[in-house]
Amino acid sequence: MMDSGVLDTPLSRVVAVARAHAASVDSNGRFPAESIAAMREAGLLGALVPVALGGPGQSVAQMAAACYAVGKVCASSAMVLAMHHIQLACLVNHAGTGAWHRMFLGRVVQEGLLLASVTSEAGIGGNMRTSLCALQAGPTADRFLLEKRATAISYGAYADALLVTLRARPDSDASDQVLVVVPTLGADLQCTGGWDAMGMRGTCSEAFHLRSAGGMEQVLPVPFARIAADTMVPVSHLLWASLWAGIAADAIARAWSFLRQALRKAPGGALPPGASRLVGAVERLQMVEARINAALAHYAAAGAEPAASFAAATAINMLKTGASEICLEVVQEALMVCGFAGYSNAGPFSLSRHLRDITSARLMINNDRIRDNTARLLMLQPPILGVG
Amino acid sequence: MKNALRSIVENYGKLSKPMTLITDDADLFAAGMDSLAMVNVMLAIEESFGIEFRDDLLNRASFSSISALEHAVRSSHTIVS
Repeated sequence: MMDSGVLDTPLSRVVAVARAHAASVDSNGRFPAESIAAMREAGLLGALVPVALGGPGQSVAQMAAACYAVGKVCASSAMVLAMHHIQLACLVNHAGTGAWHRMFLGRVVQEGLLLASVTSEAGIGGNMRTSLCALQAGPTADRFLLEKRATAISYGAYADALLVTLRARPDSDASDQVLVVVPTLGADLQCTGGWDAMGMRGTCSEAFHLRSAGGMEQVLPVPFARIAADTMVPVSHLLWASLWAGIAADAIARAWSFLRQALRKAPGGALPPGASRLVGAVERLQMVEARINAALAHYAAAGAEPAASFAAATAINMLKTGASEICLEVVQEALMVCGFAGYSNAGPFSLSRHLRDITSARLMINNDRIRDNTARLLMLQPPILGVG
Repeated sequence: MKNALRSIVENYGKLSKPMTLITDDADLFAAGMDSLAMVNVMLAIEESFGIEFRDDLLNRASFSSISALEHAVRSSHTIVS
């Protein structure tokens, strides 16, 4: 199902570029430079910046739609787009009125700066709500020094700025964290480990050793605990789920085309084995999409504190764990429909990249870990259920 | 009531400081209580006071300090057995 040259919106141009380079990005495990350049050119990288700061003031729901559309054609490009906007949302919602951050957000709009996340750290066991490294005092009271050994910074080698979590002071507890904006120009960022993964190969999530100096005005004025609960976690799960649904939707589109082609060759003949699986796959993806849309509406309505109630926090966790598994199942069902045409690494019905990319969904923040936390949180307050 | 609440937070709150250094208005999350420790604090309070937290009080603000917990307990329902 190729778009036949109708490239009338900035997003459709981005999608066309991402589609054209998706196979090369995947097979070479390289950064999707063309897609990101197209996003920059389309103004997509500054989309969440409010009108008051010179941006277009688009919504998280609009970014979810963009992640879905790009996710259909190149999941790595969509994941970079999602991760960038997760960081941007944290800045937009929590940077406050400080002149440095306002100027920086203006630069994101003007220059299309690409933002990456540095929450991972060697020795913390994958819990981003704890840090070993701490903000160290600089030569003067208004300066800091930082050093962090990150186990993975997605597209770290290609980012213009990093949002880094650290303990607030050298004597702070592991969970007393702050978030700091570190432009990569002038920082010392040494790659210490490579990225040769099964899927999401273009995210180039390599290990790095980061050292930087900076001014205290680069530190966000609220604790990272709040930034994580109110923005980073909900926006991550909304945008990730959207791009995973995009991957699953393209798998369904391929299975649909496969069946249509088979039937065209023998009109009136029996449906190929597994045809009814397409229906089951569509049923499940529609339920995921309805759930994502409801969560996006809830996020838009909740204002500044989307996770203020525990029920809202557990709901957003369950969106992630549920969507990541169901989208994987949908791709596997599409594979059963397409058979070996789907198992092939090439061709119009290949589902190799879809399956390898969607496999990451359950792992990026391991579902077992999230469900353990969710189960306990669910003891606080019953789940949100009901119709009408 | 504050003493009972302080004792429960001391036992279940996983604070990184001794309870004697925690004032009634000190932020318990900043003192190291995470959301999972908070669940245990809530369950222990419900058991100890024979209450069920009111639905609209089930948010982080209600668990943010000893004073906030006291307010939440006083505003919640007694379980009629």
